[in-house]
Amino acid sequence: MLDLIKLRNRHGYQSIRDIPNAKLSGMHRGFPVIDESKCMDDCQKCSDICPASAISLKPLSIDIGKCTFCGECERVCGYGSVKFINEYKSGSTDREKLIITSNKSFEEFRKDAIIKRKEIHKLFGRSLKFRQVSAAGCNGCEMELAACSNVNFDMGRFGIDFVASPRHADGVVITGPVSKNMAPALMDAFNSVNEPKIVIAAGACAISGGIFAESDELNRKFFDEIKIDLYIPGCPPHPLNFINSVLDFIRKK
Amino acid sequence: MNWTETKNLKSVSLEDIPQLHMNELRTQIIDGIKNGRRLVQFFGDKKDGRLILYAVLADDLTSRLFIASSKFGNEKEYQSITPEIPAAHLFEREFYEQFGIEPKGHPWLKPVRKGIAGISSEEIPYNFFNMTGEEMHEVGVGPIHAGVIEPGHFRFSCHGEKVYYLEIEHGFQHRGIEDLFVKNYNKSLYLTKLSESVAGDTVIGHAGAFVRAMESLGNTAISRRAQLIRTIMLELERIAVHLGDLSALSGDVAYLTGNSVFGALRTKIINTTMAICGNRFGRGIMTIGGINYDISSKLESEIKSILNRLSDDADLAAEVLFSSASVLERFEQTGVIEKETALEIGMVGPAARSSGISLDIRSDHPFDAYQYFTVHKLTLESGDVFARAYMRFIEIQHSIRIILEQLANLQDGELKCPANSLQPDGMVVSLAEGWRGEIAHVIITNSSGNIKRVKIKDPSFHNWFALALAVREEGVSDFPLCNKSFNLSYCGTDL
Repeated sequence: MLDLIKLRNRHGYQSIRDIPNAKLSGMHRGFPVIDESKCMDDCQKCSDICPASAISLKPLSIDIGKCTFCGECERVCGYGSVKFINEYKSGSTDREKLIITSNKSFEEFRKDAIIKRKEIHKLFGRSLKFRQVSAAGCNGCEMELAACSNVNFDMGRFGIDFVASPRHADGVVITGPVSKNMAPALMDAFNSVNEPKIVIAAGACAISGGIFAESDELNRKFFDEIKIDLYIPGCPPHPLNFINSVLDFIRKK
Repeated sequence: MNWTETKNLKSVSLEDIPQLHMNELRTQIIDGIKNGRRLVQFFGDKKDGRLILYAVLADDLTSRLFIASSKFGNEKEYQSITPEIPAAHLFEREFYEQFGIEPKGHPWLKPVRKGIAGISSEEIPYNFFNMTGEEMHEVGVGPIHAGVIEPGHFRFSCHGEKVYYLEIEHGFQHRGIEDLFVKNYNKSLYLTKLSESVAGDTVIGHAGAFVRAMESLGNTAISRRAQLIRTIMLELERIAVHLGDLSALSGDVAYLTGNSVFGALRTKIINTTMAICGNRFGRGIMTIGGINYDISSKLESEIKSILNRLSDDADLAAEVLFSSASVLERFEQTGVIEKETALEIGMVGPAARSSGISLDIRSDHPFDAYQYFTVHKLTLESGDVFARAYMRFIEIQHSIRIILEQLANLQDGELKCPANSLQPDGMVVSLAEGWRGEIAHVIITNSSGNIKRVKIKDPSFHNWFALALAVREEGVSDFPLCNKSFNLSYCGTDL
């Protein structure tokens, strides 16, 4: 008993108090800041090396819906054209806005990355329950989503939770590139959630197929048929990115 | 036996590997395993239009590996090894699925990754084992599970609450990762990233096994500093996952203190991993020829103080957890795997060590910095959930000691050396002790020195069957607990 009290005392208060303003370590590779004016003519080292084929040239842009945030482009570029900063909030309601172009600052990206909708706030602003479907996810995104509910991030304080049954859920969070073998189960889970519902794609694999995009074993028809409400990039997305992106989407301000 | 003798990460030339008649290879595999060797890999590869079956056996006592092969012509079948050596059952099913050569007499020739029940019409339908009788009933779980975890299907044949039989169906996570390796053979960075995603909870384990295999085939030597930092990263991964598992195991028996405390400790460790390389799971640090991120002396002292504090915290938390009657009541004598069974089915990793098998690749087939010091193999005897949970705790303390010792040994050195081109017509077996157990990557090159076959084995490949055996005769409500005590990878098995 004494040990238990001692343990609780040592454990202390572990939750991050101010989730929307929490900062991450400077090492974290978050938002990419691009400055094409620093590029040398015809240099394409970054796009050649990118393992996720996320970089386009002329004009230079990085698709953070594909990016695995490995940082190789920053390393290989000798001119400082690409730099990953530790700003982690990269969620967007619009797939196109995940393509980051030259001179787009993080603040500018954030300004219109998430388009709020009145009905979303009204329906889900105070309580939002998700059914998570891992469709060939490697367990990276899954572990980070599970971490959203641990004592450090404590997503439940905002009324957001993962639930076991799609019948209890207001939406689906998809991770993984969606294998052929998981495609029907994903559709079943989605159909089992009652309207109105939202769909979130979390992680590079769910958003674009990620590094598995070229695989013959995928079936991504789901994304042709169903509109995704919120994209949350990352490999995997940090829990703070997930929670804050969802909060920005469902809150009034 | 005239098998090619090699060791972990020592590449061999394909032409040196003896080709035996399949009957001979079969007999020699059976003899080898009966004499204490272990089946590490068993897979097919096409060469000049002919199918070749490779088998890799390990002699753990002497740190040696043995490789032999057999060439198939028009034969469509061979005599199955599984009836004699149960540990071969999944290997043979995989070989059958990939190349269509039937192991005659295999007791359980079901699909591994392709024939998902009710999904694919072109594949063989999956027939579940079923039991009939009054009061028998089935419980089906998955592919989508209750928590935020990967998909897989479990089917229990129960009598009341008691589980008589569990069948585990895999394949839902199949992403064709081995094919992606071969298709993109010329993009080494992409391949490293792909290896990080074999199982996203074993980033350092799998990426490490892959880059070491590539370095071995290219005869690329890496600095002592890079080796040490890789070792530190692997141990950090082990600590983090073990803490997370202790947290989840506490949660499964409704012991919320353990759930919170171990969960918070895990966060500290993965944040330390992020402070080193910018990603909480260690993505981005491994590269062919070394590492991408260094540990500065400031970071070094931070890591030391975090680990010293963790060691005390974990001690106290474990003391509280393992002395709680309500926890022990659920942990002890639940999901027992006897040593004999564990040996027979070829279990690996901490789960095997919890059943008394002294097998640890860090000690038996050392790689990276483990070559320079001795890793003591830890074993427990009871083989139950308690042993697997307690093993997690003692391995956490063990890993903390390893990291603290190795931090003191850090010496200056190049972080990254240029990678050489690969040896043509070569083959390398790269073994590593991930937190789940033995990871085995095999890479084969063609005559121009390009990758032509990558075979990956996650430790889960051996251990899933142990889970199926562990829940027999247990209450169905003990399944989540047993499952978490193994914490196996779905995508690592499905590839």
